[in-house]
Amino acid sequence: MAFLTDRKRAMGMGSAKQGTHHHWQMMVTSVALLVLIPFFVFTFGFILGAPYEEVVAYYQRPFPAVVAILTMLVGFFHFRLGVQTLIEDYVHGLAGRAAIIGMICLSYAAAAFAVFAIIRIAL
Amino acid sequence: MVQVGSQGAVEPDSIKPLKGSNMADVNRGNRPLSPHLSIYRPQWTSITSILVRITGNALIVAALLIVWWFVAAASGPEAFAIADGVIRSWFGKLVMFGSIWALWYHTLGGLRHLVWDSGRMLDVDKSEMAGQMMVVLSVILTIFTVIVL
Repeated sequence: MAFLTDRKRAMGMGSAKQGTHHHWQMMVTSVALLVLIPFFVFTFGFILGAPYEEVVAYYQRPFPAVVAILTMLVGFFHFRLGVQTLIEDYVHGLAGRAAIIGMICLSYAAAAFAVFAIIRIAL
Repeated sequence: MVQVGSQGAVEPDSIKPLKGSNMADVNRGNRPLSPHLSIYRPQWTSITSILVRITGNALIVAALLIVWWFVAAASGPEAFAIADGVIRSWFGKLVMFGSIWALWYHTLGGLRHLVWDSGRMLDVDKSEMAGQMMVVLSVILTIFTVIVL
């Protein structure tokens, strides 16, 4: 232990690597969602409760469909970044790594299912 | 001789680290830590910040319900009837109502972060006012959304 220098002890312990980029992506997605969320709440909220045929016809229109697609894509990417920070703060070691990988996969899978479904309804 | 600030000249021996206190010999476990959350009296800034994290992550429940609803709508009328029934049940309505507030609150929290990141409203009194505004505006937006929809 006495032969280890301070620098050697700190190396590989998780210094800033992607932090700045992570924060920048969080800022970009936040600004995008600031616009998308009100549009999504009032388009999705408007049609929720309507019968099947009306829902399908509504999402065949470009504006509600594109708003929904963008909200799902940007929203789940924003969630993927946010939940990573949450896990990094409270879960450490192998469990933390596994949780981050699991949540990233869940986020992308959910976004893919949503986008595929909306495009299928629209086309 | 070594100069140390305004203290003037001192003997080199006196500025050598004490044995066992240099950085390469870290005191692990038995060292004073900065006070954590449970030590502090609740403040507008801390509570509103924690709520941003809780709301943001809790929104996954409503988000997955909505994804299921879209996938069901793409699958056909039978699948849609099930997902639509769940999302419009009392349980679904409870989740959606809570999520509307969580979504508006988290959105206002994100807006506050963007304002902070631009170097504005960082004073304690302004930060506390921003937190109070988030609570008030999120409730107003939730009531507005429920009335309109």
